[in-house]
Amino acid sequence: MPVILATDVLVWLLVLAAAGYGLYCRRQPHLAAAWQRVFRSPAAMASSVALVFFLGVALLDSLHYRPALDTRPGEQKAYGTEVRSVLDLPLADLRGNTEKTYSAPLAMVSYAKEQVELPNGKMGREFPRLRFGGSHLKDASEWAGDVTRRVLAGFAASVLLFIMAALVIRRLGKRRPEIPWNAALAAVGGLLFVTGPAVALSLCYHVLGTDKVGQDVLYLALKSVRTSVVIGTLTTIVLLPVGIALGIMAGYFRGWVDDVIQYVYTTLNSIPGVLLIAASVLMVQVYVDTHPDLFQTAAQRADFRLLMLCIIMGLTSWTGLTRVLRGETLKLSQLEYVQAAHAFGVRQPRILARHILPNVAHIVIITLALDFSGFVLAEAVLSYIGVGVDPSTNSFGTIINAARLEMSREPVVWWTLATAFTFMFVLVLAANLFADAARDGFDPRVRV
Amino acid sequence: MSGGSGDAVLAVAELRTRLDAPGGAVRAVDGVDFELRRGECFALVGESGSGKSMTALSILRLLPEAGRITGGRVRLGEQELLGLPELAMRAVRGRRVAMIFQEPATALNPVLTVGRQIAEVIERHTGNRNPGKKVLELLNAVGVPDPARRCGEYPFQLSGGLKQRVMIAAALAAEPEVLIADEPTTALDVTIQAQILDLLARLQAERSMAILLITHDLGIVARMAQRVAVMYAGEIVEVAARDDFFAAPQHPYAQKLFEALPSPQKRGAELSVIAGQVPSLAANFTGCRFAERCESAWDRCRTEAPRLIPLGAARLVRCHLRERGPAAARHAVAIAGTEEVTYVAVESEPVLAEAVELKVHFPIREGLFKRVVGQVRAVDGVSLTVRTGRTLALVGESGCGKTTVGKALLRLLQPTGGRVAFAGRDLASLSGAELRASRRGMQIIFQDPYASLNPRMRVAEILGEGMQSLDVGASDQERSRRIATLLAQVGLPAEALQRYPHEFSGGQRQRIAIARALAVEPRLIVCDEPTSALDVSVQAQILNLLKELQRRLGIAYLFITHNLSIVEYLAHEVAVMYLGRIVERGTAAEVLENPRHPYTAALLSAVPMVEGKRDIIRLQGELPSPVHPPAGCHFHPRCPEAMPECRLAYPEPVRLSRTRTVSCLLYRASKVASSS
Ligand SMILES: Nc1ncnc2c1ncn2[C@@H]1O[C@H](COP(=O)(O)OP(=O)(O)OP(=O)(O)O)[C@@H](O)[C@H]1O
Ligand code: SF4
Ligand code: SF4
Ligand SMILES: [Mg+2]
Repeated sequence: MPVILATDVLVWLLVLAAAGYGLYCRRQPHLAAAWQRVFRSPAAMASSVALVFFLGVALLDSLHYRPALDTRPGEQKAYGTEVRSVLDLPLADLRGNTEKTYSAPLAMVSYAKEQVELPNGKMGREFPRLRFGGSHLKDASEWAGDVTRRVLAGFAASVLLFIMAALVIRRLGKRRPEIPWNAALAAVGGLLFVTGPAVALSLCYHVLGTDKVGQDVLYLALKSVRTSVVIGTLTTIVLLPVGIALGIMAGYFRGWVDDVIQYVYTTLNSIPGVLLIAASVLMVQVYVDTHPDLFQTAAQRADFRLLMLCIIMGLTSWTGLTRVLRGETLKLSQLEYVQAAHAFGVRQPRILARHILPNVAHIVIITLALDFSGFVLAEAVLSYIGVGVDPSTNSFGTIINAARLEMSREPVVWWTLATAFTFMFVLVLAANLFADAARDGFDPRVRV
Repeated sequence: MSGGSGDAVLAVAELRTRLDAPGGAVRAVDGVDFELRRGECFALVGESGSGKSMTALSILRLLPEAGRITGGRVRLGEQELLGLPELAMRAVRGRRVAMIFQEPATALNPVLTVGRQIAEVIERHTGNRNPGKKVLELLNAVGVPDPARRCGEYPFQLSGGLKQRVMIAAALAAEPEVLIADEPTTALDVTIQAQILDLLARLQAERSMAILLITHDLGIVARMAQRVAVMYAGEIVEVAARDDFFAAPQHPYAQKLFEALPSPQKRGAELSVIAGQVPSLAANFTGCRFAERCESAWDRCRTEAPRLIPLGAARLVRCHLRERGPAAARHAVAIAGTEEVTYVAVESEPVLAEAVELKVHFPIREGLFKRVVGQVRAVDGVSLTVRTGRTLALVGESGCGKTTVGKALLRLLQPTGGRVAFAGRDLASLSGAELRASRRGMQIIFQDPYASLNPRMRVAEILGEGMQSLDVGASDQERSRRIATLLAQVGLPAEALQRYPHEFSGGQRQRIAIARALAVEPRLIVCDEPTSALDVSVQAQILNLLKELQRRLGIAYLFITHNLSIVEYLAHEVAVMYLGRIVERGTAAEVLENPRHPYTAALLSAVPMVEGKRDIIRLQGELPSPVHPPAGCHFHPRCPEAMPECRLAYPEPVRLSRTRTVSCLLYRASKVASSS
């Protein structure tokens, strides 16, 4: 039974909107030219490969359903209470094969000694074998050979796929020679050479280990991607209308409108953002707790909190965009083509729509791209201090929060933090590289 | 001319510079030879984009990132500059060759005091550890008043003219042998320009320094240079001594440049224009680069590139025609259709638009609560009338309030006081809807053709917007028919409609702006410096167009400009503005031939002229701030004729003839009566 979460709808609407914007850009020569400039940068091509990967994961993870329970024929169909996503289908093994507790990456035994019954009947402490990780191996001596074999097999598959990708990209390169396809190919290669062995190994091991309750860390990380992407994108669509409307109005109408808007954002800016967000999130939390009847499932409750977090972050961070747009609009509205429009008696709404908005669009794009990574990082921080997403939602912030205790354990459990760190690093780096390229492509001052 | 005479300080030979641009490599400088002699001012003239600045930057090896020098030699004295390592080059820059730029605002470091910046140059190049005294001397030498105080100030505290002086002081700090000045006065007003040019001429004489002067203004060349080189499309097409050049330019392009200059002698006639545009420097040239625009071009010109042909003493021309001998002197070439200078009787036409005691003040707000702490009196009691089918020129230095008058007349700005009337109706009394309707009658063309068209709209949308908004034309078909006629009227091809503004050159954009204004059939157009951003040849096209439209459609112009030769060519009446007020007005003949107000006289004399020479009346200082205008006559701090009573009260306008008034105490009623 499909489950439609609010953020799913919004994310998919956003994909549609992006597709629509793409079509619109094709028809507007200046936008098409700007995007071409963006994609002429090798960094942009490479980072978009990474972003597409993350986006793909997030989108698959945004199609939710409740699995049908096994029922005898004739009986009415029943559905589980647990909400899963399409992403869980290929990851079913990772999801299902949990251990009792911590295990290191690729381990076949648990990370801590346990009280076990020894073959001779006595009780003793030793590292017990894992339920899943390396369970097909008879004993530890086979481990090294098995891992090597799987890594090589994974590589072989990667090479095959890479050759196919190279052929496709060669084709594309003939059609659009000005685009640095090689950068994209290199990124695809990098991605394949990591995923190939990872997939091969994940069939029999926990590639990135398991966490406290024995869940596969790779699975958790992949599920966290959606939260980051949702936060990074939905927050901006909350921020955009507010930021654009207020910024343009302040710059265009000046006078008291400008004064009021400036006072508001100066005030907002002088309150520490974290405090404001924490207060709002706690209020939402209280609301959720007092209205349990509004949510059918735990997933929906968690999703509501995620959506509210996006809205709250959006509503507290429009000031940057507003400030930039206000300045630009102040400048534009003095420009002579706007004056000429006044001389023609063109009405205000039309001047805003035809003369101001299209000429600040580049700033909006640049801000969007730059803000994305900011929000991804902010989510991690907020969840770490406990005012972010619902504790049941997978997110890098919650992983890091859990890792707080693991780092002080002896021996240290390092792999959860390292995984969250690596995933976030790649995502944010890709987003930042892309944002840089977008700025270079769209900022008229950068052009020669 | 590789060897050159012995006193050459700087010899450039076969210099080639390329710039990597998206459309392919641009050959901005393509085989340039010249030499600069000791104590000489050598002018490099040409239209924008001809490669003048790139030549200068190549000499100093200061090219933008995309640029590289692909060949040639630059010899400074005995040293070859192009082969020097960058470190040695740095010792040359500023020490032996200094440069001053067009935009003084961007060339000074905003976070260092003026004194510090000059001191740094001295310390770097002369090793003088205690340059304080030298800095004061330099500032004194370039005519900065009160140098001790200015030393401690930051660039933003200085006016444009002062900044340019400081730049020159910094350039002179290490006593260079060569000074390269790239359009040093283009950003300045004529009276300030006159001061800076004087300064350069004096320094050149005193220090026997060589100046490479880059400019597009033939008037400045006439005033400053000893020798001239004309650049076109990356090449030098003519080199000559100044007097020879002005008497008889030899290259068809140079001849055309002279013919395109507006002047009173050409009043009745069309200005001669150079068809087409400067070719793209990304192209490969087989023949003469000027062939497409040259009226004398023949087959050979398209297949064989002309060499520089020597013509007599120190004269070189790049044109096949000159193999048959030199061209005739310039004045012998009759200007087609020249009539007697005609100044039509102005009062024969009815008044179309009128401003009476117009005032526009801008409040200055400060502090948290935006309290009004003062007023910028941009326009402070201006009265003028524009008559149907006539041109009133409004002249004055930048910042005197010309544009504000124009905008207030169109009610693009709300006047603070006074009255504006159009076609007999007081604009202030009109309601919103009526005001919108009356906008059909009056339009405006702006100075900067790049800022006046929305880059995100196609030409068809730009032209249609006004018509749609003001309900001109009954249907869409009728409007598009009208747009097509308009395009033809301003001389643009019909396919222009589907293109975006950035695909057009400056002159073409200005035509689009004119077509946009014409679209609503106005009776008055305010032209706000419509040609000051354009090259001479393009300016001629626009002026011809405006004149022709006036003749055919009877449009009145309020022509705002600081270019007095355009005024002489185009205007029927002239009003001279100084610090928010009109100090003299009258017919063009009266004002330009016999200026009465001391400011008008100084303004006229400061304009560098191509023909003849005028005695220059030197004005001290600069336009004061309109926040605190001087008491009494606003002009008295700069007026060479100021009297004690000039400080007391602003002089009332005195009527000198039926059409002429002057606001100056020299012409008090009694005095006029007694002198006449
Ligand atoms: N940074 C750049 N990148 C690419 N092309 C450039 C760059 N700067 C200048 N050009 C091109 O080089 C050519 C010569 O430019 P240059 O600035 O020397 O002209 P100029 O004669 O000084 O013109 P102006 O009178 O406008 O100052 C032009 O075609 C111009 O478009
Ligand atoms: S060579 Fe020919 S085309 Fe070139 S300037 Fe001379 S006459 Fe004109
Ligand atoms: S009134 Fe006096 S100061 Fe003013 S212009 Fe006349 S003479 Fe000069
Ligand atoms: Mg230049």
